[in-house]
Amino acid sequence: MSENIIQMKDVNKWFGDFQVLKDINLEVGLKQKIVVCGPSGSGKSTLIRCINRLEEHQKGKIIVDGFELSEDTKNIEKIRAEVGMVFQQFNLFPHLSILDNCSLAPIWVKKTPKKKAEEIALKQLEKVQIIDQAKKFPGQLSGGQQQRAAIARALCMEPKIMLFDEPTSALDPEMIKEVLDAMVNLAKGGMTMIVVTHEMGFAKEVADEVIFMDEGMIVEKAPTKEFFANPKSDRTKLFLSQIL
Amino acid sequence: MIKKLTFLNPNKENLNLYLFLGSAFFVLGILDVILNSSFEVNITFFLPRILNFFTPLFFGFLGLHLIRIELSGIKALDSLNKNINSNWVNAVLTLLVIFILIKIIPGLLNWLFFDANFIGSTKEECTGSGACWIFINVWIKRLVYGLYPNSEIWRINLAFILLIGTVISAFFVRPKIKKYIIIFLLFAFPFIAISLISGGNFGLVWVETNAWGGLSLTFIISIFALLFCFPIGMFLALGRRSSLPVIRYSSIGFIEFWRGVPLITVLFMASVMFPMFLPSGTFIDKLIRVVIAITLFEAAYMAEVIRGGLQALPRGQYDAGKSLGMGYWRMHLLVILPQALKLVIPGVANTFLALVKDTPLILVVGLLELVGMIDMAKTNPKWLGLAAEGYVFAGLVFWIICYSMSRYSQSLEKKYKTDR
Amino acid sequence: MKIKNLNFGLGNFLSDSAKFKNYLPQLLTLFVIIFIIGFFAFNAQTNMENRGIVFGFGFLAQEASFDIQFSLIDYDGSHSYARAYLVGLLNTILVASIGIFFATILGVVVGISRLSPNYLIAKFAAVYIEIFRNIPLLLQIFFWYFAALRALPLPKEAISFFDISYLTVKGWYIPRFIWTNFSILFYSLIAAIVAIIFIYTYAKKQQEETGKRIPTLIISTILIILLPLLTFLLGGVSLSFEYPTLIKQSPTIFNFTGGVGIIPELMALALALSLYTATFIAECVRAGIMGVSKGQKEAAASIGLTPGQVLKLVIMPQALRIIIPPTTNQYLNLTKNSSLAAAIAYPDIVLVFAGTAMMQTGRAIEIVSITMLTYLSLSIVISMFMNWYNKKIAIKEK
Repeated sequence: MSENIIQMKDVNKWFGDFQVLKDINLEVGLKQKIVVCGPSGSGKSTLIRCINRLEEHQKGKIIVDGFELSEDTKNIEKIRAEVGMVFQQFNLFPHLSILDNCSLAPIWVKKTPKKKAEEIALKQLEKVQIIDQAKKFPGQLSGGQQQRAAIARALCMEPKIMLFDEPTSALDPEMIKEVLDAMVNLAKGGMTMIVVTHEMGFAKEVADEVIFMDEGMIVEKAPTKEFFANPKSDRTKLFLSQIL
Repeated sequence: MIKKLTFLNPNKENLNLYLFLGSAFFVLGILDVILNSSFEVNITFFLPRILNFFTPLFFGFLGLHLIRIELSGIKALDSLNKNINSNWVNAVLTLLVIFILIKIIPGLLNWLFFDANFIGSTKEECTGSGACWIFINVWIKRLVYGLYPNSEIWRINLAFILLIGTVISAFFVRPKIKKYIIIFLLFAFPFIAISLISGGNFGLVWVETNAWGGLSLTFIISIFALLFCFPIGMFLALGRRSSLPVIRYSSIGFIEFWRGVPLITVLFMASVMFPMFLPSGTFIDKLIRVVIAITLFEAAYMAEVIRGGLQALPRGQYDAGKSLGMGYWRMHLLVILPQALKLVIPGVANTFLALVKDTPLILVVGLLELVGMIDMAKTNPKWLGLAAEGYVFAGLVFWIICYSMSRYSQSLEKKYKTDR
Repeated sequence: MKIKNLNFGLGNFLSDSAKFKNYLPQLLTLFVIIFIIGFFAFNAQTNMENRGIVFGFGFLAQEASFDIQFSLIDYDGSHSYARAYLVGLLNTILVASIGIFFATILGVVVGISRLSPNYLIAKFAAVYIEIFRNIPLLLQIFFWYFAALRALPLPKEAISFFDISYLTVKGWYIPRFIWTNFSILFYSLIAAIVAIIFIYTYAKKQQEETGKRIPTLIISTILIILLPLLTFLLGGVSLSFEYPTLIKQSPTIFNFTGGVGIIPELMALALALSLYTATFIAECVRAGIMGVSKGQKEAAASIGLTPGQVLKLVIMPQALRIIIPPTTNQYLNLTKNSSLAAAIAYPDIVLVFAGTAMMQTGRAIEIVSITMLTYLSLSIVISMFMNWYNKKIAIKEK
């Protein structure tokens, strides 16, 4: 694999007294797709939220694209411009149109002229197939459309890494497919992706590596085929039997 | 700049040293303020006046800066730092709050308790520099019962005991009987209470409404207005949402009129202007006019609150009711209103609270409730100059009433929230 | 044949229950309303005839012959009642504006403090809100007027601020501003504002076209200070002050003359109104900030916006939508509450017009109606503005 774009070394995190990440060691190479799964409360969301410093780790090192995550805010904003995130609750800005949602960051962070920012936005919206909703407002879209718009919004910053925090968990079943399709397209286009999800079909189709987390630790980490064919730990086996 | 002076930057290695130094400076700053305000002692008297004023702030700030050690490992210190000392802005604000408290609280406590006089019967016995609570002690009967004759006060007490007894019993009886209790409260009790308090029948001495006053009058007006502004407000809210244009627009007009004018003008209208609208010779007691005015006034606000609840209810509830064949009134009584009213508990409680807080206004039309009685007491030649004691007392009474009401409504809200 | 048809039509109407249900209640309500209004009007007319009062507004032109303690415009007893009304109106607007200004600032500060992670500050703010919200406004006004401000010293021992302003029990005396060529200063301010508008428009255009941002805030601040300053140097504008001075009116009575005296009634009213209304505004602000879901802040941060940009582009637009409607309601409440001035003799519109004027002329109906109409118009104007504003910024949904 190419040089590692994300390195997490002995990362530990506490929420007060409760330890939510225990000795996490993880390396992600450029263009790798990684799926993180596990029972709820296992720390998988916290793990990826540490990568763009929405959560702060107390021990260990996290290096993203050569920058080490620390108190230095200038670094943090630089890193966040390289790392895109898609949330379970979409979190689109309700007071702005879809087009404005997408062009906001390029205009204000990258200082792109408005026309060019809108071009970029329209291009991304087309890629996720909702370009006809560009002038509408989030409240007027269905869940699946909103999530695809959220993906487009993150892509407008042309990030090197895309993080997905249970992107389909808040969707009605008939809309899950359209979002997964968009994510598969993105993967095929060569994006580095870390996806927290229960959608094992997606993992089988796209992931290079699958990670199973439980109680804050990485229990098992293996290339996809091996993970599903030969889970090593009992806990992994139990989990897989429950969701497959 | 400060970062360059590395010795000023606390770090974990010399934890104990920084902790000690920081605490010392912090305590020094606090001590300076305490000595200054409570004992008139100035430990930095040698500095020019302006610097002198700021030294406690400087000491405290330096102290807090030195103990701002990240991840020190001492739990208590860490949570303290994160809370009140996370950056210099927070530190300054914390210090200001502490200093203000130090300056105000001792003086306040002195005036309220330590230097105050509680026992006695004349103003001359108030020898301390604190509050003269003898004033309240002597006047308490008037403050609670107004100018009601002393010998008849038991009648007011009886009326209230009856009310409280009825309300409490409503909590302990079966729902079937509850309905009758509410009907009794709404329709029978007002008449019983009025005839009891004003007298003239059944051998009771007649007491004119001008003599009613004090805290009892506050309660009488509040309870009456409370009882009636709710159903009136409900009808207005339903009327405003009606599809029949005449009813809709007259409701809107009525509501917006009462909401658009200040209560004082409404009271003036009731006491001065309204008699002109009655046939010559008829006379409606001023108190009754005022209570009706206040009731209608608050009913308009209540209507808007209830309307908010009606609007918030999902359309599906209306559809379900209609599809079951319910008529307008049955649907509203059984389905809509029970749900809508649960939603608007905070708004209703707020309106009740506002009503209680509005009652002092009646003193501008000559009815002396608690604040009015205090006005009268403080201008009595034997008790001049005690305005502060009077108003603090009234403030305390109102605060207790209003705070309890708002706490109760919050607990009601919580209770009904879990039901849903 | 004809009669049969008539019956048929009427029978149809009565049996068509839908129409019946629709029209009957409305007719009844209409009748009741008309009856009540007629009843009142008839009685009013009879009563007025009996007392020899004629209904009319001509009295407004009559000489008022009473003095008003505090007025923003020229007024004395020889002016008309209409002018007295104007004086009262201006005084109401004055105290309401001062109240709104301070209540907003205090309310925003307290509201934000309530959300602070600093325990001391959050508690302090909460205690302030709980205390001042649960005590009747009239009581607070009385406390400030009869208790607190009465404790201020006599003019002889006035509390002095740098010897140009004096705080006494009779009022707060501040220097009077005496301008020459004030109009030039005024125009320069207008010019500065116009220039700032141009700069903002230009900057926005620049950003849209090239993406670069011009430091508009700094430029605007410089402009608004510089231009008026220039008028002092070059435009012949100058400012002098008339300071309040202590004079001896009699062996024991000292007073201040000159300058502007802010009467204690105004101070007490403004203080009480601000402190009271600020508690409600604080709760509005807190609801607004809390009403923006946490995910919004995270999403905005995740696309790389700085905390300042997050606040300006994502949080504040959403928070303001929640804050502004109830806050405007509070402004309206404050304006209506200013009518409590009547209880401490601050000459607002209620005291001057619905109080003194009404006592002198006895024209209860006309005067109370005019007063109520004034407040009603204010309420309606603000309501209409609120509705327009709400429609304009409403977040569109399905």
